Amino acid sequence: MVRFLVTRLAGMVGVLFLVVLFTYAIFFALSPDPAVQICGKNCTPELIDQIRTNLGLDRPFYEQFLGFLSGLFVGTTYGTGANAIDCAAPCLGYSFQTGQPVLEMFEQRFGVSATLAVGAAVLWLFMGVAGGMLAAIKKGTWFDRAATGAALGGVSIPNYVLALVLQYVLVVKLGWLPFPQAVPFGADPGQWFLNFVMPWLVLAFTYASMYQRLTRANVLDTLDENFVRTARAKGLAPRLVWRRHALRPALTPVVTLFGMDFAGLLGGAIIIETVFGLNGVGKMASDSITKNDQPVIMGVTLVAAFLVIVGNVIVDIVYTTIDPRVRIGARA
Amino acid sequence: MSALLEVEDLTVTFRTAHGPVDVVDGLSFTLERGASLGIVGESGSGKSMTSLAVMGLLPPTASLRGRVSLDGAELTALPESKVRRLRGDRMAMIFQDPLSSLNPYYSVGMQIEEAYRAHRAGVTRRQARKVAVEAMERVHIADAARRVDHYPHQFSGGMRQRVMIAMALSTEPDLLIADEPTTALDVTVQAQILDLLQEVRRETGTALVLISHDLAVVSEIAEDVVVMRHGLAVEQAPAERLFSDPRHPYTRALLDAVPRIDDEIGELRAIDSIDVVGGKA
Ligand SMILES: Nc1ncnc2c1ncn2[C@@H]1O[C@H](COP(=O)(O)OP(=O)(O)OP(=O)(O)O)[C@@H](O)[C@H]1O
Ligand SMILES: [Mg+2]
Repeated sequence: MVRFLVTRLAGMVGVLFLVVLFTYAIFFALSPDPAVQICGKNCTPELIDQIRTNLGLDRPFYEQFLGFLSGLFVGTTYGTGANAIDCAAPCLGYSFQTGQPVLEMFEQRFGVSATLAVGAAVLWLFMGVAGGMLAAIKKGTWFDRAATGAALGGVSIPNYVLALVLQYVLVVKLGWLPFPQAVPFGADPGQWFLNFVMPWLVLAFTYASMYQRLTRANVLDTLDENFVRTARAKGLAPRLVWRRHALRPALTPVVTLFGMDFAGLLGGAIIIETVFGLNGVGKMASDSITKNDQPVIMGVTLVAAFLVIVGNVIVDIVYTTIDPRVRIGARA
Repeated sequence: MSALLEVEDLTVTFRTAHGPVDVVDGLSFTLERGASLGIVGESGSGKSMTSLAVMGLLPPTASLRGRVSLDGAELTALPESKVRRLRGDRMAMIFQDPLSSLNPYYSVGMQIEEAYRAHRAGVTRRQARKVAVEAMERVHIADAARRVDHYPHQFSGGMRQRVMIAMALSTEPDLLIADEPTTALDVTVQAQILDLLQEVRRETGTALVLISHDLAVVSEIAEDVVVMRHGLAVEQAPAERLFSDPRHPYTRALLDAVPRIDDEIGELRAIDSIDVVGGKA
């Protein structure tokens, strides 16, 4: 187990390094000169040079990259003398637009994205997994057809369309819900719920549809397995056949998918946050891209990659406890 | 007293897109306590469906007519919940493919314990585990006390079939149905499993239905043989008579396909090459 963890962690660091390197290289090669951007309208060549020196943009690629890396791990200092700004590790730099530390921007917005992700995950796991299981048990009945039809709709309707339709109906026409705002839970739990429920539903619907289809198909496949027939041949109660022998193999792939999807969502739901104007990591990402705010884009990319990779490792660890075939050291 | 297993006019029908198809068509046979019966026939002749019908495990698209009785109790007239109590307890079954017949997620010990506990109310895990180890020892799995905690993927094909047999025997059933138990195994392992089935039958006195497409396999073990073709029993006879005096051309064809030890050239003749008269097709 320890060796497994060490290898996984080493791999994780390697992948993260490559992500940083590639993202950095792409910006270095492709993005328009940030100094010009920052400088604004009344700009002189001297001012641009000044900015470039301050930001270290005049240095060669590898120096800038190493500077960024060391900022991550040991912190860094921008500028010199009285103007020097200390950026403690993990330093993701400062927004070109607002001058705010990227890390601080994250801290302010992460809560919104996490709230979205957790709420949606609860909903979609319930709708998708329970719905998929029921559809499989009741295969061919009206419930199965309705659930499968809804799931097909869910995977084919883009979620921003659904978001706009729901918003129009529930907020504009019926006035049942407010235009979503990131009300903190502590401030007013009731309002918190009312504000988040629509984004949750929209976000959950797409995922729930995928999970419903996957779960239904997996359960049906598993019920056809020979070992399920063996379980019935033993005279096990149907409840046990179902729970022990059908469900566990059927849901194992769902666990994998969930780990990845959830981790990905923690890194921001770009479309939903943008459509509903919720100021989470996703919105921060889309804003920073339109404004070419390089340090923020780097930060978002890095954190999103980090979350997905950590999610992956967690899934792997969970996997070893549910599937003995991948259990480390169990091989005879 | 009635025979252990009585199958009377058993018909299994599948609803298909092309209408109903009888895959077992009016089959009858009886099996006395402790006796052994072989069912042979080519692929698709309805052997598996017959055994699944006896166990009450037919797929949902199949329907059944006729009568199956175990020890005087008419299974075909009992509600599923009652049949379930007998399944795995008084009658047990092992399958063709031991690789996929065990659940990869659970230790073999757990899967044997589960079979035992399903029919012994109030048995503790400790007791069930002891039964599992003993059952594994009975089928000659070395180091059973340790192996009991291993998972199916840690066993070879032959060993998995032994585990299946141990599982089936854990409740000391009156009837064991083995549906092509050796087909998926290496030749050398096949012989070992057949020997094991023989031995188990001698020691426990359980009656055995052995299904195979291979008459040689069946003749080694079974006292009586049913030869099936297209869902029909074309011939039923004691194994010896079947060998010495096969009456149905299809049986003769099957016999000719059996390589004999005294057949020096060992030539194998395929069944297809022989014109069968009187068959249903
Ligand atoms: N679900 C099903 N729907 C329709 N027909 C089926 C179904 N399952 C099996 N059959 C048909 O039933 C017939 C008998 O099948 P069965 O499995 O009993 O044959 P078998 O004698 O065991 O053959 P094998 O030696 O290949 O195991 C076959 O012709 C098969 O095509
Ligand atoms: Mg078969």
